[in-house]
Amino acid sequence: MTEITPAIVAEHGLTPSEYENVIAGLGRAPNLLELGIFSVMWSEHCSYKSSRMHLAKLPTTAPWVICGPGENAGVIDIGDGDACIFKMESHNHPSFIEPYQGAATGVGGILRDVFTMGARPVANMNALRFGAADAPRMKHLIRGVVAGIGGYGNCVGVPTVGGETSFHPAYNGNILVNAMTVGVAKTDKIFYSAAAGIGNSVVYVGSKTGRDGIHGATMASAEFTEDSEDKRPTVQVGDPFTEKLLIEACLELMASDAIVAIQDMGAAGLTSSSVEMASKGGVGLRLDLDRVPVREERMTPYEMMLSESQERMLMVLKPGREAEAEAIFRKWELDFAVIGEVVAGGNLTLTFNGEVVGDIPLAPLADKAPKYDRPWVPTPAREALTDVPESTDIAADLLKLMGCPDLASRRWIWEQYDHMVGGDTVQRPGGDAAVVRVHGTNKGLAITTDCTPRYCFADPVEGGKQAVAEAYRNLCAVGATPLAITDCMNFGNPQRPEIMGQFVGCIEGMAEACRALDFPVVSGNVSLYNETEGTGILPTPAIGGVGLLSDWSKSATIAFKAEGESIWLIGPARKLGRHLGQSLWLREILGREDGRSPSVDLAAEKAAGEFARSQIAAGVATAVHDVSDGGLLVALSEMALSGNIGFQLDFEADDPRDGATLAAALFGEDQARYVLTTLKGADLRDIAERVGTTAVWLGYTGGDTIYVGDGEGGANEAVIPLADLRAAHEGWLPGLMAR
Amino acid sequence: MKTAVVVFPGSNCDRDLAVALRETTGVAPAMVWHGDTDLPAGLDLIALPGGFSYGDYLRSGAMSARSPVMRAVVAAAERGVAVLGVCNGFQVLTEAGLLPGALMRNAGLDFVCRTVALEVANSQTSFTSRYDAGETIRIPVAHHDGNYFADDATLDRLEGEGRVVFRYGESVNGSARRIAGIVNDQGNVLGLMPHPERVIEDAHGGTDGRRMFDGLVAALG
Repeated sequence: MTEITPAIVAEHGLTPSEYENVIAGLGRAPNLLELGIFSVMWSEHCSYKSSRMHLAKLPTTAPWVICGPGENAGVIDIGDGDACIFKMESHNHPSFIEPYQGAATGVGGILRDVFTMGARPVANMNALRFGAADAPRMKHLIRGVVAGIGGYGNCVGVPTVGGETSFHPAYNGNILVNAMTVGVAKTDKIFYSAAAGIGNSVVYVGSKTGRDGIHGATMASAEFTEDSEDKRPTVQVGDPFTEKLLIEACLELMASDAIVAIQDMGAAGLTSSSVEMASKGGVGLRLDLDRVPVREERMTPYEMMLSESQERMLMVLKPGREAEAEAIFRKWELDFAVIGEVVAGGNLTLTFNGEVVGDIPLAPLADKAPKYDRPWVPTPAREALTDVPESTDIAADLLKLMGCPDLASRRWIWEQYDHMVGGDTVQRPGGDAAVVRVHGTNKGLAITTDCTPRYCFADPVEGGKQAVAEAYRNLCAVGATPLAITDCMNFGNPQRPEIMGQFVGCIEGMAEACRALDFPVVSGNVSLYNETEGTGILPTPAIGGVGLLSDWSKSATIAFKAEGESIWLIGPARKLGRHLGQSLWLREILGREDGRSPSVDLAAEKAAGEFARSQIAAGVATAVHDVSDGGLLVALSEMALSGNIGFQLDFEADDPRDGATLAAALFGEDQARYVLTTLKGADLRDIAERVGTTAVWLGYTGGDTIYVGDGEGGANEAVIPLADLRAAHEGWLPGLMAR
Repeated sequence: MKTAVVVFPGSNCDRDLAVALRETTGVAPAMVWHGDTDLPAGLDLIALPGGFSYGDYLRSGAMSARSPVMRAVVAAAERGVAVLGVCNGFQVLTEAGLLPGALMRNAGLDFVCRTVALEVANSQTSFTSRYDAGETIRIPVAHHDGNYFADDATLDRLEGEGRVVFRYGESVNGSARRIAGIVNDQGNVLGLMPHPERVIEDAHGGTDGRRMFDGLVAALG
């Protein structure tokens, strides 16, 4: 038997003190198999050891929350006996090493988290962060990630309905791939993972176990170094065809009442699934590893327990139901094996060749799991901006912004995703939120992913608030009632106090926003150590938001609908923008990434959001768009391009610039704002003020140009043909990828 | 009108096609498992859905074309029963020899999902009676292997016999002569890459696809 040396302990990512706890928990030294199990269960990825105490600050309850964090995914009630089940998860490290398979298996893993709870997946989303477009390998990474997401989602037949993508040099050495799945189930047919029933069979279904992905969870819990390329064999390989069969087979079996508990084998595979099922149920499991379906010869118990082969599930069945379950899985040409049973006593006992090869009491595995209160320092406040000059050419600035990496059209990406399969995608990519009809009903689920990492970097608290607020805003902008979020917390090395300070700050801001907006967190994932050679990413708490429309046909889109309609700015103050700190205009036009992040007034967010929803529901608003990256003129331009109708932004009367520069008025990134259009003649001013927000009249839609000015000509005036704007907006990404 | 949708392992537009048939014929289609050897009696239309049957492994449609049920589909087609193959269904029909040619990887190499303009090149088939000849309609595509290929003699014959039913109105996937859909020489088997079942109601942003099913109902009862 292999002797456990300090070197072996270190290779497994355990500190000496953590190893002492292993010995204390077992009451003896572990063998190699047991050490492997402790190492993956106590990895950052599985144990949340650095983040647990802070995650507890997030609000997770509301009357409509059926199941919050802790299960495979979050569950909310969407009425009529329907539940929406969703989660977002990171697959950053594997995607940087092998972009196609890394991204593809990220999609596969999050799909399993959702259908393991009994939901049919109805939509996929994603949040992607790439480095500078000209950084080494970046086009390879962009192409591979997009192809991988599409390759998996298209094949399983779940529409990829939207997402967000941004670029910053801070991700040059560590891109982020966050994938989200939304599913629909009946509230009385939700499946959980707690094993129960002494003597019940433990059943393995899906693909065979191979040697792929061993120690993936441990890899995801360490920084990248120069030799990370050597870790390519730890990246799993996805088989979406098998996943599609697994979805259908599981849902077919779930229609019966044969299942006691079910859990997908994700990170740390058979280890984490069996440990979690047993721990949650307060029971033990005995697994006979000779019966695990394997793909390769002479696999050891260590390899079987740590493999991250994809498309596998573990179930506990009711007594006597094995045959009917097996028939379903055989019909779908999937492996089915009874590999063990539920036992009393609370141990995970593993046998192989008739011998006990591992025997771990589950209580200490959970109770003695490391939990760190890592030292942290608050992020220093930034200086307010000074010396910001006026724009020298509004038209040129707008063209540059609309074609810059963070604002250019993402059509090249989403046309590689089947975003329509299922026949229920009623609002396609390119708007504020995707809307997917609940099949066979009039209800619509609105879905968005959001985060502005540059705000989080400059001010984690305000940035955390803003990420939640923007998700709320995007759901309101399509007319949906925001219900709950999932989060994907992507940060650098938590052992550095300034990184831990970013994490703590973002959580604080998120928690405040979630409470103020009645927008609880129901599921999520933490990805730390997103660093390469000591350089961290921008703090990126990606938010996936879900909202509900009682009638999908009442949802709003961003496109201008007709000529001659009135354009209104809804927001907290009767003026245009003022805040240029951390704005895209400042970065793209002046080359400066400085100033403070915009502050987020959550009461103003709520008032503006409720007003926008009320005007959509009343049929008054003909088009709606939130104002975010790039500010007011960018939002208006996106609406114009989407509807192929221009507009005139008129400063003639009652100048709402209120002394601000044109640059600040048009490109400022003040929060809590929407643009609405209405029929000519409608007046929103009084009704907005009655509900605690304001409406500023901006001008009329119409023509095939954008006009900004006071009608006097001169430097304040800009006229931009829509065709030029479209060329700039649509041209950048295809041009980049063709080079 | 009695219809059936064949379900292969990895089909993923089977439900969408079933919804379209139910909405237009008034009766839900029979869902037939690929491993069955018989089809329900008295079918007027057999539909092969889109998706990634067998994961597109080996070649798109190649393994499904050897499914037990396909012998019954070929026999029915020879008897004159209408057969519609959409996307992966079209690939299966070419692999089964019910339609000539092959669908290769898109010329741009990427998967493409978008609504495209289609020219109705033949409005005289039972699938296209609700369209006008030469009319431009808009139907989505979603495929990785839609680049139609056949030798020049075959292409000439298809065009000469009016068997090219739909042509792309724009560059989509590099198909020979912009072919998007063809029929067999009897005119009862149609394969096309675009998805008519994705545009059958206002929620889909268009209804040009519904007219294909409405036309089939009119032609086949």
